[in-house]
Amino acid sequence: MLAYVLKRLMLTVPLVIGITLITFSVVHLAPGGPVEVETEMSMKASAQARENLKKLYGLDKPLHEQYFDWLKRLLLLDFGKSFVDGRPVISKIAERIPVTLEINLLSLILIMILAIPLGVLAATRQYSIFDKLSTVFVFIGFSTPTFWLALLCMILFGVTLGVLPISGIRSIDTAGMGGFEQGIDHLKHLILPVALSAFGGIAGMSRYSRSSMLEVIRQDYVRTARAKGLPESIVLRRHALRNALMPIVTILGLSVPGLIGGAVIFETIFAIPGMGQLFYSSAMSRDYPTIMGILVIGAVLTLIGNLLADISYALVDPRIRVRGES
Amino acid sequence: MTAAESLRILVWRRFSRNRLAIVGLTAIFLLAAVALFAPLLSPYDPTAINVYQVLSPPDASHLFGTDELGRDVLTRMLWGGRVSLKVGFVAVGISISIGTLVGALAGFYGRRIDAILMRFVDIMLAFPTLFLILAVIAILEPSISTIMIIIGLTGWMGVSRLVRAEFLTLKERDFIAAARAAGAGDARLILRHILPNALAPVFVSATFGIAGAILTESGLSFLGLGVQPPDPSWGNILTSGKDNITVAWWLSVFPGLAILVTVLSYNLVGEGLRDALDPRLWQGNEK
Repeated sequence: MLAYVLKRLMLTVPLVIGITLITFSVVHLAPGGPVEVETEMSMKASAQARENLKKLYGLDKPLHEQYFDWLKRLLLLDFGKSFVDGRPVISKIAERIPVTLEINLLSLILIMILAIPLGVLAATRQYSIFDKLSTVFVFIGFSTPTFWLALLCMILFGVTLGVLPISGIRSIDTAGMGGFEQGIDHLKHLILPVALSAFGGIAGMSRYSRSSMLEVIRQDYVRTARAKGLPESIVLRRHALRNALMPIVTILGLSVPGLIGGAVIFETIFAIPGMGQLFYSSAMSRDYPTIMGILVIGAVLTLIGNLLADISYALVDPRIRVRGES
Repeated sequence: MTAAESLRILVWRRFSRNRLAIVGLTAIFLLAAVALFAPLLSPYDPTAINVYQVLSPPDASHLFGTDELGRDVLTRMLWGGRVSLKVGFVAVGISISIGTLVGALAGFYGRRIDAILMRFVDIMLAFPTLFLILAVIAILEPSISTIMIIIGLTGWMGVSRLVRAEFLTLKERDFIAAARAAGAGDARLILRHILPNALAPVFVSATFGIAGAILTESGLSFLGLGVQPPDPSWGNILTSGKDNITVAWWLSVFPGLAILVTVLSYNLVGEGLRDALDPRLWQGNEK
């Protein structure tokens, strides 16, 4: 097992290098580049001022040197300073990551507890009314623009019914509240963002669980289990479900980039001070160091998601482990 | 009748048996026609401001109401439909071309080329697509052509994997060995012999891709990063819906429904196409 994990880790290294290369190219091959942004605000910036700025950011060096300088600093977790407020990018990101991870983890959990039973039930009752209804739900789920659904939910729960807060992650007047009440207040703020970011995933994941379960049900060992007279519930739970769940682990890992990317939209709509919102505002103000930092961290988070998925897959499926070691 | 023609008929027969797919296909044609003839269908100008009819609810003269500048929402949606259609097709055209090229090269040549190209695909897949799109938009000016290209450039990885997989199995088949023995060069083998047989999954993923591109465009325009006002798009009408959330529900409801119906139609057709093209689902009764 350890050998498998190590091998898998080794494979990640070139990917991380590739991620930094692409991030660097995206920003530095752009016409104008970072200096233009800082000087375009003040038309009077002289050629001399531009040169000084270039020197400050090391932009007067050849591109490959700039890249290696940047890479060296990345290794020390130094992402540079924000163009907007001059604070270190890493601390700006660090204070934004927790709420983004919190929302993403909660929606992953929501996806799992709703989608897997939904898909499994649909598979065991293939072609039933329930199966057909869940298929309809899946298609609508795939096709609904979630930011629009968010808008409708804001109108319904926030404006018409007035039962849920629709912006931020806590109320303004939390000072008088105890710790428990503050927690409840925080959770109430998370209900809509979490439910909505899970929405698309529920559709996708229930579809995967359904087809995975359908495939397993047709396997010989399931027929054998039935043939030897086991009750259907035991056949499904012990023989089919456990095997059907394995590929789902991988899909969960693959859904990480979608969730992180989706954070841009949800955090902007619900005014949640997370990484997505930071990325949006950095993009709007062309804050290149922050953009580069979030690109790298977002991609690395994705890799970690995939890594965890692969490792847990190997944990539940001995076949992968053996093949990976040989 | 050639073999290709009879296969096409077979696929169409399977596809047309799928009622939902046919509904989707009909809707796609209707939506395309409506978008194409938008200037003829609406008496209003999509950008004409009318200060006397600001935010008026749906009525007989403005079926879907007006926005905060008194513009007819239905008219803006018709024009927005053109945007969605254009973005969907151009973006997918780009991603299909790149994906097919990369997948074909990787699958056909294998070894080093395959390893390098597929690692590149892995790297591209590690970026949350929306982050990559946003980063590029931050650098270039947001506009309809920028986002078409960006959506295309960030959406080809899935296609390349599909095409590569097809190439890997097809190149080992006897008819390829025969063509090679007959003196066909690499280019001819790839273009004439393998590619036509590898296109089925590409069509399916193109159809789903159009749906995805339309969703992405509307999301970006909603955030103010796509189609720029005063040009209408379903996404940026929803932005005014958000700004007027407490007073004008029609600004939020109708454009969203339009996106939903359009995307749903493409997804239904894609699913129908997938089933129709999948030989494993063909049973003996295809007469």
